[in-house]
Amino acid sequence: MNLKKKYKELISKSDRSTRENPFVKWLLILIAMAFAAVFLLLPIINVFAQAFSKGFGAYANALAQPDTVAAIKLTLIVAAISVPLNVLFGIAASWCLAKFEFRGKAILLTFIDLPFSVSPVVAGLMFVLLFGANGLLGPWLQAHDIKVIFALPGIVLATIFVTFPFVARELIPVMQAAGSSQEQAAMTLGASGWKTFWHVTLPSIKWGLIYGVILCNARAMGEFGAVFVVSGHIRGQTDTVPLHVETLYQEVDPAAPFAVASLLAFLALITLALKAWLEWRTERHHEAAQHPPELPLVVDTSHDTERFARGRA
Amino acid sequence: MSKKSFNPLPGFRITLGFTLFYLSVIVLIPMAALVIKVLGISWREFWETAFNERALAAYKLSFGASFIAACANTVFGIILAWVLVRYKFPGRRLVDALIDFPFALPTAVAGLTLANLFSDHGWLGTFLVPQGIKGAFTPLGVMIALTFVGMPFAVRTLQPVLENFDRGVEEAAATLGAGRLRTFAQIIAPTLLPTVITGFALAFARAIGEYGSVVFISGNLPFQTEIAPTLVVMRLESFDYAGAMALAVMLMIFSFVLLGMINLLENWSRRFQNA
Repeated sequence: MNLKKKYKELISKSDRSTRENPFVKWLLILIAMAFAAVFLLLPIINVFAQAFSKGFGAYANALAQPDTVAAIKLTLIVAAISVPLNVLFGIAASWCLAKFEFRGKAILLTFIDLPFSVSPVVAGLMFVLLFGANGLLGPWLQAHDIKVIFALPGIVLATIFVTFPFVARELIPVMQAAGSSQEQAAMTLGASGWKTFWHVTLPSIKWGLIYGVILCNARAMGEFGAVFVVSGHIRGQTDTVPLHVETLYQEVDPAAPFAVASLLAFLALITLALKAWLEWRTERHHEAAQHPPELPLVVDTSHDTERFARGRA
Repeated sequence: MSKKSFNPLPGFRITLGFTLFYLSVIVLIPMAALVIKVLGISWREFWETAFNERALAAYKLSFGASFIAACANTVFGIILAWVLVRYKFPGRRLVDALIDFPFALPTAVAGLTLANLFSDHGWLGTFLVPQGIKGAFTPLGVMIALTFVGMPFAVRTLQPVLENFDRGVEEAAATLGAGRLRTFAQIIAPTLLPTVITGFALAFARAIGEYGSVVFISGNLPFQTEIAPTLVVMRLESFDYAGAMALAVMLMIFSFVLLGMINLLENWSRRFQNA
């Protein structure tokens, strides 16, 4: 009895010294939550509150303006071109980087990450210097009457640049973890390369791919700096949704930019929800892999006792 | 090539070919265009546009505000990561999911809503402006926007390291008689240090290049609230290509140096963790 008491005392003592006291704990929680409230919660709520500050009618009216509709269309077109292209690149890059060994692999990986470390404004400037009127290819493009800068191709190129690494970065580790033994087995059994990819590789990278697409799409639809530089920011023509928010910000109606911004905020919330759902899903998947449910429970327990006994020995 | 014989999988040439082609068209050729164009301007012109007074003021604000924002993110990032990993409390999962919000929210929307929150009649401005704390159209506003965009980097870099932290070490320290504060200062903090610095550098790098959110909240006044990326755009809009390029090259050199340092740091912390 005495021993048990002493044991309990020891446990509570160690508990005290590996945990903060409740005052410190709740103070830290309070600071963290205050910071999260000011920098995360309030900004989101404020977008919707300001958007609806003049009532639902004014909100719907702001969204129905022809320039707003044009901006939404342009953003959807840009995303519809740039995201699939980055998916194609992401799959190709992860296939050759994860399944094969070759010289210069590390350099290639660094280059793929490069767009993340370039300021979007500088990225936009690069395309202006290449395709603009004074750019390297400017005279040739003008002679052939091709417009890149201040037009859709420029916006698409700038968007692809800033979203370049997203899909590849998600897929490379997933493919590396999966290894290539399954594909090799499929090939040995006579499947063609394409069939192997479609039935073996794609299912194994499916969730990573969806994750990458979601992030890539959010950035593609929301990019401001790079698109600002290459688009010329022409209202109703080359204004994407984020650029149109800025156009409306310069005008008199304070609720209008928020109405348009609420669309992007909504997109961000959906992105976060999907991301959280995917992470929860893969987490559960991992747990299931660690404790395979196919193992009969009886065998499992005997296995445990056996291991326990071995551990004691 | 000798290794290729061991690998029966097809598609190496075509995928590598496409990867290199796409990388060249999207990243390498545009980057080369910037370099070629910059080499076309004289050294003197470069010096005069890259380091004139207005440019220096813009660097100063960019670096200063980004540094302060990264510091704020580091301090609050440590607290947030710690609280989210170690404690259970109502709303924890929601806040954990919301940490990525600045990643997902277009920067224009972030700038718009933050400018409104801190303006005279905004939800926070009504209380802060009478106290003399002006968030909109001031350097403080720049810091607020940059803190917002950099926050996920500080928290998300630290979180996995804290999750995998060996609690046994803390228990050992406790059994040897160390108090909680001492355990934190001498056992936990040194282990986290490389990760903390990496998080700081990532938040800093993100802040230096940021443009979208700052445009809305800063007011873009030359010498006062104009950051370096804004000045690039200003010069481009007035067709001063040489001036825009010179600044862009300075920004790019800085971000590459920072990227190199981050890579070194990550190697260091990996060795640190394995040791």
